[in-house]
Amino acid sequence: MSFLSYFISGVSLGAVYAIIALGYTMVYGIARMLNFAHGDVIMVGGFAIFTVVSTMGLPPLLGILAGIVVCTVLGVAIERVAYRPLRGASSLAVLITAIGVSYLLQNVALLIFGSNSRQFTSVVTLPNLVLADGKLTISSITIVTIVTCLVIMVALTAFINKTKIGQAMLAVSEDRGAASLMGIDVNKTIAVTFAIGSALAAVAGALLCSAYPSLTPYTGSMPGIKAFTAAVFGGIGSIPGALIGGIVLGVIENLSKAYISSQLSDAIVFAVLILVLLVRPTGILGRQIPEKV
Amino acid sequence: MTKKKIRRQNAVTYGIVILFWAVVQLMDRTGNLSSLFKGLLVPLCMYAILAVSLNLTVGVLGELSLGHAGFMCLGAFSGAFFTKCMDAAIPSVGLRFFLALILGAAVAGFFGFLIGIPVLRLKGDYLAIVTLAFGEIIKNLLNVLYVGRDSSGFHFSIKDTLSLGMDETGEVIIKGAQGITGTPRAATFTIGILLLLLTLFIVLNLMDSRTGRAIMAIRDNRIAAESIGIPVTRYKLTAFSISAALAGAAGVLYAHSLSTLQATSNNFGYNKSILILVFVVLGGLGNMRGSIIAAVLLTALPELLRGLNDYRMLIYAVVLIVMTIFNSSPRAIEMRSVWMEKLRRRGQGKKEAA
Repeated sequence: MSFLSYFISGVSLGAVYAIIALGYTMVYGIARMLNFAHGDVIMVGGFAIFTVVSTMGLPPLLGILAGIVVCTVLGVAIERVAYRPLRGASSLAVLITAIGVSYLLQNVALLIFGSNSRQFTSVVTLPNLVLADGKLTISSITIVTIVTCLVIMVALTAFINKTKIGQAMLAVSEDRGAASLMGIDVNKTIAVTFAIGSALAAVAGALLCSAYPSLTPYTGSMPGIKAFTAAVFGGIGSIPGALIGGIVLGVIENLSKAYISSQLSDAIVFAVLILVLLVRPTGILGRQIPEKV
Repeated sequence: MTKKKIRRQNAVTYGIVILFWAVVQLMDRTGNLSSLFKGLLVPLCMYAILAVSLNLTVGVLGELSLGHAGFMCLGAFSGAFFTKCMDAAIPSVGLRFFLALILGAAVAGFFGFLIGIPVLRLKGDYLAIVTLAFGEIIKNLLNVLYVGRDSSGFHFSIKDTLSLGMDETGEVIIKGAQGITGTPRAATFTIGILLLLLTLFIVLNLMDSRTGRAIMAIRDNRIAAESIGIPVTRYKLTAFSISAALAGAAGVLYAHSLSTLQATSNNFGYNKSILILVFVVLGGLGNMRGSIIAAVLLTALPELLRGLNDYRMLIYAVVLIVMTIFNSSPRAIEMRSVWMEKLRRRGQGKKEAA
């Protein structure tokens, strides 16, 4: 039974990684850039929710809504100010700006909220699920996380395949030049991508902080790296890949924490990533693009 | 560039380093050096070496690596381990430090080679994430590693001190998360500068050699290089291992400037690798002089801003963003060339008027 409970909480952790990984994967697929600041957007979302719920005393649902709004605005603003001027520049330059933005967000949060960790009140107030005569307890946040992740995946896939702007996103990721010749506004499409990715980061922030309720300006950075790993693991640029990568990573992390060593769990996760990439150099679901001369 | 021009450029780079050393020595003699700045001197050398060595991978070889801190960590621990073990055998601290530098570089270089074989098959961002993963794995493993020595030899464990199972003469050398303590602080500014000059000598000469040109050919067009018979994997591995070895040497320098060496995320985490990458990119890819200048300026900047306390890292972040946009944004580049053109015209106009 304890294996099952570790497994389920691993799936839940993986679901959070998957939601964060979506932000990485979409931005990478469309703008061909690693948005290193994505993890810190999660932290900003966490603090926004914390302010609304714990400081102002408003209901959690309103807090999540506020978090989504703040993160969406922030994501679009970051894209406009820091990344758009560098369109067409080398990808390394964009990476460095992204790192700069990441430092900036962390330090602004540090100035406003200080470095002490804040106790985050869970946004989920449902009772825990008790199965098999109390032998297996699944916390409500675990269930909510997994369900939210699935809903987001389905909705996002439908959005990309069924709406015009979703099709534009696909077109831009396929060939930016050709897409703009077909009359697609590339800048707008990239801005929408950032908006969606950042809104998802707010949701991820709410779920992450509800499950692990301590909030500091550095809360987002490690989950961000792990989610990025998950995105690469599943094949960067692929939405189902982000789901698979996130969940595999979360389960491995939780099981190795429980059965091997809590200090080595990160090393094990990264080792599995390396093994997978050595066998499939573009991740589980990544497409291999042959190089043309 | 002609051979003569390259030589002259390289001489200027060495000259800048030596001049920096001389100025600091002069300031130290005349008592104009604040204790804050004194404490910065060895780290400045270390970061400059790290930046130059990473530039070999990123700028010259053209592969993005985010695991440089991992190699530095390997060098630091093997160097400090050696110095601690040879405490009795080699009484001279200087000689021990020198041998530790060689050993640290060798260990890091060897791991660079081992890791490079599978990893260099990957490309671009995949390579970046795998090198990041390796750096984190090295850091995590060193955090749980216990090594002790007693009369019957070395004992290893990844659990705790007790499970080393040593007799009463036992001495714990690497103590898990507490790391290695009591390394002699033998690293001085002059040694750092000498090491930096050696690093520069190795890297600049490599770039100006047959091997270096082959490496740059791979960077510029791998397929073309392969088609004229350049063994791509071999040259990639050469560059990657040399880069790792130099990072290892910088790690040994670092280990000998501290009394306690721990594998924390602050010291050897991926953030450190990113920091070094920032120096490389802002200094200019493939430009070793730029790497050194960027490393020195960006290391000194947060310290010089210490008076501003809480705002210093904020300013650092803004400087980073603004500098990158000014440096690399297509529009800024265009604007700069327009300004340069205007300046040139004005200069010409003055000449004609006179």
